[in-house]
Amino acid sequence: MTLKSNAPTGDIEKRWDKHRFDMKLVNPANKRKFDVIVVGTGLAGASAAATMAELGYNIKAFCYQDSPRRAHSIAAQGGINAAKNYQNDGDSVYRLFYDTVKGGDFRSRESNVYRLAQVSVNIIDQAVAQGVPFAREYGGLLANRSFGGAQVSRTFYAKGQTGQQLLLGAYSALSKMIAAGKVEMYTRHEMLELIVEDGRARGIVVRDLNTGKLEAHTADAVCLCTGGYGNVFYLSTNAKGCNVTASWRAHKQGAYFANPCYTQIHPTCIPPSGDYQSKLTLMSESLRNDGRVWVPKDPKDATKDPTSISEKDRDYYLERRYPAFGNLVPRDIASRAAKKACDDGFGVGPMVGGKRTGVYLDFADAIKRESKERILEKYGNLFEMYERITGDDPCETPMRIYPASHYTMGGLWVDYNLMSNVDGLFVLGEANFSDHGANRLGASALMQGLSDGYFVISYSMGNYLARVGKNDIKADSSAAKGAVKAVEKRISDLIEIGQKGSTHPDEFHRKLGTLMYDYCGMSRNADGLKKALEEIPTLREQFWDDVQILGSGTELNMMLEKAGRVADFLELAELMCHDALDRDESCGAHFREEHVREDGEAKRNDEDYTYVAAWEHSGDHANPKLHKESLEFEYVKLSQRSYK
Amino acid sequence: MTSALTLTRTTIGQKVVVAVTGLILFGFVIGHFLGNLILFVGPEAFIDYGWTLKHNPPLLWGTRITLLVAVVTHIGLTMSLARRNASARPSRYKKAREDQVTSYAARTMVISGPLLAGYILFHIAHFTAPGLAFGGAEFDHVNIYANVVSSFNVWWVAAIYVFANAMLGLHLFHGAWSALQSVGAQHPRYDSIRRNLAIGLAVMVAGGNMMIPLAVRGGLVGDAEQLRAAAEHAEELRAEAGMLTGDHDDVSGEELE
Amino acid sequence: MSDDTIDLKLFVWRQEGPDAPGDFQDYSKYAKGVSTHASFLEMLDLVNERMSADGERPIVFDHDCREGICGCCGAVINGIPHGPQKQTTTCQLHMRQFENGAEIYVEPFRAGAFPIVKDLMVDRSSFDDIIQAGGFISVRTGSAPDANEIPIPKESADASMDAATCIGCGACVAACPNASASLFTAAKLAHLNMLPQGQAERYKRTRLMIQAHDDAGFGGCTNHRECEAACPKGISTDFIARANRDLLVATVTGKDGRLV
Repeated sequence: MTLKSNAPTGDIEKRWDKHRFDMKLVNPANKRKFDVIVVGTGLAGASAAATMAELGYNIKAFCYQDSPRRAHSIAAQGGINAAKNYQNDGDSVYRLFYDTVKGGDFRSRESNVYRLAQVSVNIIDQAVAQGVPFAREYGGLLANRSFGGAQVSRTFYAKGQTGQQLLLGAYSALSKMIAAGKVEMYTRHEMLELIVEDGRARGIVVRDLNTGKLEAHTADAVCLCTGGYGNVFYLSTNAKGCNVTASWRAHKQGAYFANPCYTQIHPTCIPPSGDYQSKLTLMSESLRNDGRVWVPKDPKDATKDPTSISEKDRDYYLERRYPAFGNLVPRDIASRAAKKACDDGFGVGPMVGGKRTGVYLDFADAIKRESKERILEKYGNLFEMYERITGDDPCETPMRIYPASHYTMGGLWVDYNLMSNVDGLFVLGEANFSDHGANRLGASALMQGLSDGYFVISYSMGNYLARVGKNDIKADSSAAKGAVKAVEKRISDLIEIGQKGSTHPDEFHRKLGTLMYDYCGMSRNADGLKKALEEIPTLREQFWDDVQILGSGTELNMMLEKAGRVADFLELAELMCHDALDRDESCGAHFREEHVREDGEAKRNDEDYTYVAAWEHSGDHANPKLHKESLEFEYVKLSQRSYK
Repeated sequence: MTSALTLTRTTIGQKVVVAVTGLILFGFVIGHFLGNLILFVGPEAFIDYGWTLKHNPPLLWGTRITLLVAVVTHIGLTMSLARRNASARPSRYKKAREDQVTSYAARTMVISGPLLAGYILFHIAHFTAPGLAFGGAEFDHVNIYANVVSSFNVWWVAAIYVFANAMLGLHLFHGAWSALQSVGAQHPRYDSIRRNLAIGLAVMVAGGNMMIPLAVRGGLVGDAEQLRAAAEHAEELRAEAGMLTGDHDDVSGEELE
Repeated sequence: MSDDTIDLKLFVWRQEGPDAPGDFQDYSKYAKGVSTHASFLEMLDLVNERMSADGERPIVFDHDCREGICGCCGAVINGIPHGPQKQTTTCQLHMRQFENGAEIYVEPFRAGAFPIVKDLMVDRSSFDDIIQAGGFISVRTGSAPDANEIPIPKESADASMDAATCIGCGACVAACPNASASLFTAAKLAHLNMLPQGQAERYKRTRLMIQAHDDAGFGGCTNHRECEAACPKGISTDFIARANRDLLVATVTGKDGRLV
């Protein structure tokens, strides 16, 4: 199969308009005949379900949480970008497009990114009209801030809870359509299989998490809006329930998985405090505007009170290595530098897994320079959060920070219409691979989720449905029955092993996470990846031999849920390593130690790797098959970034 | 009227009605309290006050009917709300739910309410309706000063009034504060004023009312001279009104002789 | 940062289903040597792992983001929803808040409108019902005017944000002596009713959401303000007064034809 991006050509400013015009439409009276399934109710899912329901399609929406409002989009803090240029500081659709392509280190599709930048302005309008209380200036107009090193102030925000407010906006639109009877909402239902018939995605199999009952739901099309797979690292800033199962089931049914090795690590998270650590908490990157990053020069000082370590015994390693940008170097550089410091034995904080994983972020100088009040004004809520979690007051003693897995740019391959290579399977938001290339800019995740859900899927779904027309599939068709059977078998296998097994699913997950952080985390090399490719299958075998699951499959069983998700992570992890090994270059968040410029920066290889790696599943014990979609850059000239 | 009916369909609407009737009752209680204070002005003034009220039937019956409607509505809706609230948590906390900020007054509204209802019945029976008298003295429809003094000379009658007014104070404090919240007359800037006002009024009314039995018991009110003056004044009034027959047969009979 | 550990006397409510009987179980033997730096839920994770090693079924509790924003978690800890620390969700509560040897009783949020699913997990879909009744501004995708078309005074936007910060955890209901969801409903109403965009549907929304609140079986507000004290986001009961006012206006003026 050849990968057709279906991206329009010609003048980039006109591509989306032209494409919209070229797309087929469904007659308004016919829309109510079509059923669409939406899995996941985060920004992408809730906005897609609401928008398509408004158009007249019948929607069935599913989420594993007890309410659609709890999807993990809710945790995004910083903000959402839009090329409104309300600040008159030189922003434009083109500049946002340019920044995003460059930020993605030239591994994304220009057409997609341009469309994203174009509709970004509509997202803000939509959100404001829904009642999202964005921050405002005294004149009553919207406030903006510069985010993640952008040269223009294009980020809209609602305190430190922008994701929450945007999600509540989308959730309210969804709620309205649920009340109108156009959306059937299934909460606490987890998708466990994709139903494919004659090459078309025709439905899903879900498990009612409260009763354990399996149900097949069929439709004319399926949208996966199920988020990223950052939890493959066990410790991440993702919610505990975030998982790759929906995407992975679709992948095993034929959908290609693109660029799985592009995972973003966030540099300013609160480090683990012990082996019991269940997740990591992100703190806004803005902290680096005033905090200075350092470690003791002598590892023996690791346990000393940091305020008692004299200036000459401290290594402000970012300022030393990157004099121009200092503590404000991009995320990935800051992350790798912190990891290196800790790997070299200079880490601080408690020993976790035989290593001290933390570096200091010190506000003493900023407090001296600006006063404690001023610093608290800027970061008060973050300081409070830090103190609540660690018990330390950052005004008195330096914060400890460490990078954590945060976002995954990779995901299921989709074309310009957000449809995967499986007909009728659409993938939206973080679950797809499309817009961020090898690295995502700050405040762009919310933008992409909402762009896909509000402004793209509404058109491309119509185009698809008009093409295939209406033909029913019943929940008791052979494809649906087969899919249910497969899930039943998988669950009964797990339960059977689980009754005799002795190792908690979390224990496998922790082991996998450590492995992935070590070999496929913020820096990778061929030897490590090969080692991981040997160790992961072994771990997987152990899992399928000794995982412990108490209870049965026909009741609320959190151990079973967990085990099912870990099983899929164990398979995904291997694919990530294959991809990371195949991509023998450094780009964006994918840093291969073999490919470093003299200045220590990532070295791209545009000649050989300007492509999207889309992986096809070829059986449980066979190596995945690589398909390449080559990328053309007509507008943004390929160049190496430099932060020296 | 339909609007008013609609109002009682929601818990908040019911609360608003409870609040409004409560505020009416609060208004009455303040008026009543101010009237009570006349006792301290002197026997004559107090008897005049009672006389005036009694000989103004529109005012008297208007007030009585308003109060009756308000009390019945207030109690009826409160009981319906209380039942509903109790059933909203069918299974109780096994380790007692811990109150963090609510006040004693708020928590005891369901106790102070019924107690006050009982007290009101007692109070009406005692001073108005059938005119029960305590302490051996005859009940006198004109010389209300003597009624007050002779009643409070009975220790347990005084005790009931003191206790009931303490309850009234608590009920008024939470009621006043809460009623304003229920009808939405609230603004953060005036929140502390609202609270202080509620405390102030509650203390004033309850404290002032309590002073009467205490003053009688303490001998500050109702000495022999005052009682004589009261009796004389009552006679004067009767004579003035030519009330030789009328509502107090015994006395008028004596006077005829 | 020290490596202190504590032993707890831990009692957790176990209940198989909504109508099954439930009881406290003593899990003190699994709650020894708990790090004071662990969060409350990490303590429960640890207890669960130790229990399953003994072949005992783990405690079911709801949780997801573990950073205090999704509103999934919540238990009544020693009689207080989300435990003793102010403005802190259960997942953000850390064990350093407890003394060595502390007695800890954990039970679910209790309300008729929150049936127990299992153990500490409750069904809060009644909250979704309230939102579906009117907790939205009707604006079709694509029909919005430019975002800066209507200036909104900063004070209004900030006040609306203060209400909108509600995470829908249900602690207000758990804390209320009447199991009332007035604070939740009022916060959502205030979020939308305080903005110019929300005016068109203001009174209709107020009436329908309050009706839905009552229909779900929540109790009424008697102004104890326990909800405000338990709210992990510190949402003020001032919003309840505001909702009351709007309902009064809606009822008296009959601005929405449905119930008058």
